[in-house]
Amino acid sequence: MTGTVKIAIRSLYKIFGHDPQAALKHVQGGVSKTDLLEQYGHVLGLQDINVEMRESDITVIMGLSGSGKSTLIRHLNRLIEPTSGQVEVDGEDVLAYGEQRLRTLRRESMSMVFQKFALLPHRTVAENAGTTLQVRGVRQRDYLKDAWKWLERVGLGGYENHYPHQLSGGMQQRVGIARALTSNSPIMLMDEAFSALDPLIRTDMQDLLLELQKELHKTIVFITHDLDEALKLADRLVILKDGYIVQQDEPQHILLNPNDPYIEDFVSDINRARVLRVRSIMTPLNGGDLPDDAQGEVDINDTLEDTIARSGGDTSHSYVVTREGTPVGVLEMTNLVKALVPRVASEAGARKY
Amino acid sequence: MATYDFLFDGLGLRDWCDAGKTGDAPQSMANLLAKGGAGKDTPWWEFPFPSLDALNEACARIVQSRDMTKAVEDGFLAIKDVLRFVLDPMTQPLSWILDFALLVFEAAPWWVMFPILMAVVYLATKSVRLIGFVTACIAFLAFIDHYGFAMQTLAIIFVCAFLCVLFGVPIGIAMSRSDRMQRMTIPVLDMLQTLPPFVYLIPLIFLFSVTEPKLYGIAIILYAIVPVIRLTDLGIRLVDRDVIEAADSFGMTDRQKLFGVQIPLALPNIMAGVNQTIMMSLAMVVIASLVSAPGLGVLVLRGIRNLELGVGLISGLGIVLLAIVLDRVTKAALDRVNAARKV
Repeated sequence: MTGTVKIAIRSLYKIFGHDPQAALKHVQGGVSKTDLLEQYGHVLGLQDINVEMRESDITVIMGLSGSGKSTLIRHLNRLIEPTSGQVEVDGEDVLAYGEQRLRTLRRESMSMVFQKFALLPHRTVAENAGTTLQVRGVRQRDYLKDAWKWLERVGLGGYENHYPHQLSGGMQQRVGIARALTSNSPIMLMDEAFSALDPLIRTDMQDLLLELQKELHKTIVFITHDLDEALKLADRLVILKDGYIVQQDEPQHILLNPNDPYIEDFVSDINRARVLRVRSIMTPLNGGDLPDDAQGEVDINDTLEDTIARSGGDTSHSYVVTREGTPVGVLEMTNLVKALVPRVASEAGARKY
Repeated sequence: MATYDFLFDGLGLRDWCDAGKTGDAPQSMANLLAKGGAGKDTPWWEFPFPSLDALNEACARIVQSRDMTKAVEDGFLAIKDVLRFVLDPMTQPLSWILDFALLVFEAAPWWVMFPILMAVVYLATKSVRLIGFVTACIAFLAFIDHYGFAMQTLAIIFVCAFLCVLFGVPIGIAMSRSDRMQRMTIPVLDMLQTLPPFVYLIPLIFLFSVTEPKLYGIAIILYAIVPVIRLTDLGIRLVDRDVIEAADSFGMTDRQKLFGVQIPLALPNIMAGVNQTIMMSLAMVVIASLVSAPGLGVLVLRGIRNLELGVGLISGLGIVLLAIVLDRVTKAALDRVNAARKV
């Protein structure tokens, strides 16, 4: 959970317009996004972003369209230049890089997966997957071998010599993922990678990503507008709104302690039983005694849904929570039921529909 | 006396005008005719536009229109030698290439040329039907003894279209990469495209010897290069921005991006431009027969000049056949490219 910081973003601002530097002063002086647009004709893209992304974590950046999430992810490999602020990768300031170093960073440290796949239509699937190696000057014979390996891994064995237009959307995005994996870079940037796919395929792809991640331990930055997707994938969740960060934390924590009406509104509709885990609501043991009336053991990382299924719906039970077999806490079913009700559930729901 | 006397009198320029009067200014025929009826009042509906000639009548200091024409001519003749000194050696290779191509196409016997053409068609289109069609068309032309002329026309088109692509594609690429370059080039392209084809020939005749093949070569290239430039520019600008962004994100250099992404993705458009370029070279090669371009155009010209109706019509038919052949082959090649690149 607490790996070293891989990517750090510090007080990042991005303003679109003809004179961003002047507009930056206004923003730092307290002018709001709306006023900036109306009075100065500049669009505030990102405002004072501070995020630390840890190694081997999936950091999900979530927000509605226009919240600046795609702009933010493009700052990491400098497809977009910031107006002010720092972006550090492995402790090095990326913004100070010259053209050559930046190219090396893009080639070897980061690979990106795109919402619209962005495959090259005139190349075969295997050639597409090998693009990331090809740009480094690897010979075709060698990069195709790697490409084949990763295509096999994402479940596209046998399609190597097809062209992208012969594949379905889900398969095309698998090629996109294989392409990013072939580069063997430690960081993967995924820009709404699954948003263009239909729901069933999307679930498949999420599972694929989690399965790959179990093995590969990449540092993944994942952009999405879908809260369910965010909660499913995230080790750490960053919620953006209108270019600023509303809240960032472990998803469980955000769900239980939303610090903003915007987020409360957001989280009121989701299936909490499936997302929340035992560890978030248990009472830690802290050296105390195990209760006598415990009905059994549950794992610390079980979802509440699993637990409810086990209890058969009986709310009077309590369970011993274990981590790798060792008891670490107690779970009262009454607490579990309370956790299922969002703080503002009914009003928010009523307002929406 | 003259209509606009009042203008110069009113402005107090009469003395200045009269000071320039020499009395023996060149007279136009219209002037001489007008002199016959001098003194007659001009009816109000014939009130002339204040043109150079009309003003000249009132004030001799104003030049006549034909002086302006003369000045343009003198100006061109004055820079002609310099232009020729620069352009002549630069364009000389074009003459050599055209001469060589004509020589090869004429010298190759028909039983060598036919298989070569068939092979070219096959490589470009992979279509057996099209080979049959092209062979039939050329065989028909040969059957009515127009084979030699057709080959000359074909030779010129091959050379000119090839050079158009050779220069046009890089110009198009340069345009697509710089908005300034595009802004500067587009007016030139517009001018080249709207100038009537005959007008190209006028300055060229003065610059180069009429016996030089490069004379018509340049005219054809200038006329036909426009579409390939435009469509290359358009094609590259239309390449999906997401794909370009992806290429950037993988750390491609500009060169890798150009040859690995932009040109391949723009190829359907570029090929459409090549098709247009070839068709326009064919149109121009006929007109260029006025300045000694050999080929079917010569026969058309003979038909017009000597009123030999049959000769003109048959050679016209030959040109249509050639046009259909060239169009079908390039379109089929384009379709093949498109089929492989469907997104």
